[in-house]
Amino acid sequence: MPDFIRKIAVSSEGPSLDDAVDPRFGRAGGFVVVDMTDMSVDYIDNGASQTMAMGAGIETAERMARAGVQAVLSGYVGPKAFAALEAAGVRVCQNVDGGSVRDAVERFCRGELPFADAPNR
Amino acid sequence: MRIAVASGKGGAGKTSVTASLASIWDTPLIVADADVEAPNLHLFLHPQIEEERYCGLDVPRLEITRCTQCGLCRDICTYKAIAAFAGRISIFPDMCHGCGGCFAVCSAGALERTQRELGILQRGTVLEGRVRFLMGRTRIGEAMTPPLLRQEHLFLQEMQAVLPADILLDAPPGVSCPAMTAARDVDVILLVADPTPFGFHDFRLAHQAFLPMHKDVRVVINRAGAADNAAGDAAVRAYCREHGLPLLAELPFERVAAEQYALGGLLVHLSEQWQQRFEALRDALRQPNVGATVAQRPQEAHHA
Repeated sequence: MPDFIRKIAVSSEGPSLDDAVDPRFGRAGGFVVVDMTDMSVDYIDNGASQTMAMGAGIETAERMARAGVQAVLSGYVGPKAFAALEAAGVRVCQNVDGGSVRDAVERFCRGELPFADAPNR
Repeated sequence: MRIAVASGKGGAGKTSVTASLASIWDTPLIVADADVEAPNLHLFLHPQIEEERYCGLDVPRLEITRCTQCGLCRDICTYKAIAAFAGRISIFPDMCHGCGGCFAVCSAGALERTQRELGILQRGTVLEGRVRFLMGRTRIGEAMTPPLLRQEHLFLQEMQAVLPADILLDAPPGVSCPAMTAARDVDVILLVADPTPFGFHDFRLAHQAFLPMHKDVRVVINRAGAADNAAGDAAVRAYCREHGLPLLAELPFERVAAEQYALGGLLVHLSEQWQQRFEALRDALRQPNVGATVAQRPQEAHHA
């Protein structure tokens, strides 16, 4: 894991490490935020973006920037969300689909989730 | 009079009805394809194009050296076309609806107007020059059609100013922003109902979606009398009775009609009987709808 990473956010269907990864980024139910320095866990609700007609990905990217994360783990990140995260300086690990948030974090720590250089949707 | 030929479901017969009506219209007419995402009226009417106009939308571009990072443009943008990351403004021009709010609130002069290409409008004539023609075509990759539809509407007004005429609009399918935008400025909405279960479902959706506009809505059933579908026909008729929608015509389900369509021909040319059906439909459209709700100026549709 690169050392500039202090906090990561995982799109999630619930608030804990044992909840399932939500494969959607912009319309994810919420994000489990993990502080990699002490492995403490926080949760950000994303319900407001779920119901937007357009711009959910951009709003969610803003939320990630405000949360101060350096990387996002999710299933599918659309082109506008990807551009927004890039503008915010947040790295993206995508194709994280299935399994729990804990599984995703462990895979990230083992270096199994590369940073993407293009959106996958 | 201005008529939009609409439907909930795609493939109900909007274009077939529009093209045949246009060909037997006996007073000055402008026929327009407002299905700008997938125009097809030209395939039946073979227009002579005389003018082509590029259409763009004013969208903001950030002059970063002048930006004070006040965030007002970001806050006023309903469509998330402007985002702020740690105070730094980022613009996503694809998301912009062109409302102009950001230009109005930026006192630093940090936003410049640039254009996003929406598509083109093509003006010409059809039917040996008897009918004037207009169509729009969205740029491939463009996600929004209402801004182009609004420019098509302005172009129609220009054409009407040159020579007053009735307008027949081949509307986009569905019940979302494109269909609503196209129907906003007409006197009559002619709903083409497909009496299949899907068609009936979407026909009801369309009627309910147009209801808040307080328009004069009338109905034509297409593909009526198909084998084993008497219940489908009856369901559309009953719905029309129940909601006071005048049922102006029923076009029969016939193999020759499908063949004519597949060859790019007009239904009205099939036979004398088909011609009489469309003439009756045309005449019924010209009759005032006594039961109709008085038309009101529609409210601005959300996300349009």
